[in-house]
Amino acid sequence: MSVTPDEILDCSGLACPMPILKTKKAVDALEPGQILKMIATDPGSESDMDAWTSRTGHVLVESEKSGGRYVFFIQKKG
Amino acid sequence: MGITKRLGIIAGHGTLDSAYPPLIIATSAAALDMEAAIFFTFYGLEIIKKGQADKLQVAPIGNPAMPVPVPNIIGMLPGMTAMATRMMNGWMEKANVAKLSELLEMAQMADVRLIACQMTMDVMGIKKEDLMDGIEVGGAATFLNYIGEDAVSLSF
Repeated sequence: MSVTPDEILDCSGLACPMPILKTKKAVDALEPGQILKMIATDPGSESDMDAWTSRTGHVLVESEKSGGRYVFFIQKKG
Repeated sequence: MGITKRLGIIAGHGTLDSAYPPLIIATSAAALDMEAAIFFTFYGLEIIKKGQADKLQVAPIGNPAMPVPVPNIIGMLPGMTAMATRMMNGWMEKANVAKLSELLEMAQMADVRLIACQMTMDVMGIKKEDLMDGIEVGGAATFLNYIGEDAVSLSF
């Protein structure tokens, strides 16, 4: 399945807490229902994105990891 | 299930390593739609002095947890603190960890309240103009009032 993102945010190389901070900023700038694709290499981003979405109500539509790369598709809550 | 919406942090230490947790937790809290405040007291005030954040140091003396342990008798020699600080800054840079100044900026942009403790400013001869712009000055009651009845409070 592939989700078509409205915006892409590359957090590769960034350490905690920057991926979360940048993701929040990027999602804030979206319209409700739009999707952000976020790429990270911080292994902590996997559980952090789970926590962040469950806390904020935005939806983690899909996530994948390959090698040391994590990709998240986040849909802004309506 | 009650969800805590407010976090109050006390930052009481002014070393490179102890300055990170309050700023990382507070900025993350803001990203999780929580309100957050940091109360800087005693040496924690160093973190919010103008231009000081990226100059904080870590001392090898009395710090057996350093990845390269330095015996105290060597750690007390001149230059050892500067050396340990250079090493630690090197590790942080390699791991791409944000600088303290960047985290402070993120905190301010995310409306994290940065409160300097009036009493310890007086004790240590620190004036409001010595601090970064946008810092509030207050006392213990300010912090306690912020925490109220249901905030999470952490001390570093």
